[in-house]
Amino acid sequence: MAGTETTGESPKTTTAVTKPDGTTEEPEKPGKPGNPGQPGKQAGQDLAGLEAGLDALDAVQIRRTSPAEVLVQKVLPPVVAVALILVLWKVLVWAKVTDDYKLPDPKLVWDALEQLWLRGELFDIVWTSVSRGLFGFLIALAIATPLGLIVARVKIVRAGIGPILSGLQSLPSVAWVAPAVIWLGLNEKMMYAVILLGAVPSIANGLVAGIDQVPPLFLRAGRTLGARGLVSARHILLPAALPGYVAGLKQGWAFSWRSLMAAEIIAKSPELGVGLGQYLENQRNNSDMPGVLLGIIMILFVGIAIELLVFAPIERRVLRSRGLLASAR
Amino acid sequence: MSPALTTDKADRAEAAAAGAAGPSDSSGAVRINHVHKAFGRPGAAQPVLDDISLDVRPGEFVCILGASGCGKSTLLNLIADLDRPTAGTIEVPGGRPALMFQEHALFPWLTAGKNIELALRLRGVPRADRRPEAERLLELVRLGGAYGKRVHELSGGMRQRVALARALAQDSSVLLMDEPFAALDAITRDVLHGELTRIWSETGVSVLFVTHNVREAVRLAERVVLLSSRPGRVVREWAVDIPQPRRIEDAAVADLSIEITEELRGEIRRHGRH
Repeated sequence: MAGTETTGESPKTTTAVTKPDGTTEEPEKPGKPGNPGQPGKQAGQDLAGLEAGLDALDAVQIRRTSPAEVLVQKVLPPVVAVALILVLWKVLVWAKVTDDYKLPDPKLVWDALEQLWLRGELFDIVWTSVSRGLFGFLIALAIATPLGLIVARVKIVRAGIGPILSGLQSLPSVAWVAPAVIWLGLNEKMMYAVILLGAVPSIANGLVAGIDQVPPLFLRAGRTLGARGLVSARHILLPAALPGYVAGLKQGWAFSWRSLMAAEIIAKSPELGVGLGQYLENQRNNSDMPGVLLGIIMILFVGIAIELLVFAPIERRVLRSRGLLASAR
Repeated sequence: MSPALTTDKADRAEAAAAGAAGPSDSSGAVRINHVHKAFGRPGAAQPVLDDISLDVRPGEFVCILGASGCGKSTLLNLIADLDRPTAGTIEVPGGRPALMFQEHALFPWLTAGKNIELALRLRGVPRADRRPEAERLLELVRLGGAYGKRVHELSGGMRQRVALARALAQDSSVLLMDEPFAALDAITRDVLHGELTRIWSETGVSVLFVTHNVREAVRLAERVVLLSSRPGRVVREWAVDIPQPRRIEDAAVADLSIEITEELRGEIRRHGRH
């Protein structure tokens, strides 16, 4: 009967009321007072209808942004900003605010990039650094995660190495390059040592902060459901700490990349091959200013690209699934 | 009279005297015997609960009522085994009770359905049975379509209904509720009162419901227990024999609420005198 009801067609005495949720409510039949089953059922149906209405009114609308909106709100602003910087650069060159060897024309920097590409070196240089950076980051991840868990949950460990761990974060990783070269020699090992010393404290601290911010209510709720010890860590503590952990990973990557560049710029050896840092240092030695600027721009570009392609999507997913992202409100 | 029976009787008498009747005793869903609870260092301890004795019969709906500082939440924590009493015993023969909080306490990294399935998993329900059971429980709280919804996509009332479904997923014979509707608007709260009454009568679960709202207590409970504040003591009990379904506006509910409110105010006034 639902959906077919039109006033006037159906006889008035047997009109059924079709409610928004699709259930059909029979009208109260007159002359049957005191039926014990009827009031309860009636009340139950009233309640179901009321509840469906409330749910519809209160439902939180999740609006997904359209591709066009993404383009206008997310892609356009940075493109415009970069264009403005290029224009400003060009204007400064035209105005001859300083000597050519200090501020070369953007075109010369582009030419330097083209040359690298034509000589087939571009990909090698970038890959040498990126592979080192990502591999070092993965090792740091494997070390920092258990370390962070132990520091967060074991009081005595926390009291002992917690402050050292946060202190290490503020130590510039360039400081580690000299001792790393002396201990390990001019080789890949030394590069990874510098990356680890930069990234491990950062990732571990992120996890500790994430665990500290887990609302105690979740742990209590978990306990009443029967989750204790490792079961609680797996099902409650770690998932609850995930946003802080992901933020730590992002920062850990930034530290890995920075540490690696410091190591590459300072430590030079034919054994090591040419990465972005060495390229920058080589161009400085050749007094090739366009090459130096190209080196800096490429280091920046790779850092941003990894962040946007790897970490931003992970972070967005974690936050959106929990309703913590502004655009999901 | 056989000798075996005598021994059995004597044993039971002894056990009862020690306040530790075995789980075979089916007379109570929750048995609270002379429970004291104090916080702080010995010597300077602040008593929170003082000699509380209370039994909840299987399938009974009891509301604990009291002003701030009556130790309502402490009492629920003790029953839920999240804390231990300083003295006295608490027995829950049916096993670990389910607990519902004022905040929904749903896990935001899981969907509504997966929140319930986690409770089922921790209870030891086999994987294949979890999804159908979770969907059945969501149907029970009239949220059949909410299985894949994230917590932040649900309204306050819907979240509490999912939390209720998750609590019921523990399949416990006792449901403890710690002011679960206090943060909801009046219309939603009214609807959830109806739902709770319905689910209680459908499932036969024993409910121990803590609130500071007198009308809510009278609307829901078969028995209302008034606690004093600082420390919490049982002051008085009322049997509520108004037939269900009740409405919070019913005259009978209002009359009893006025009587209980008077008593509650008297209790609160006592604290102003010293």
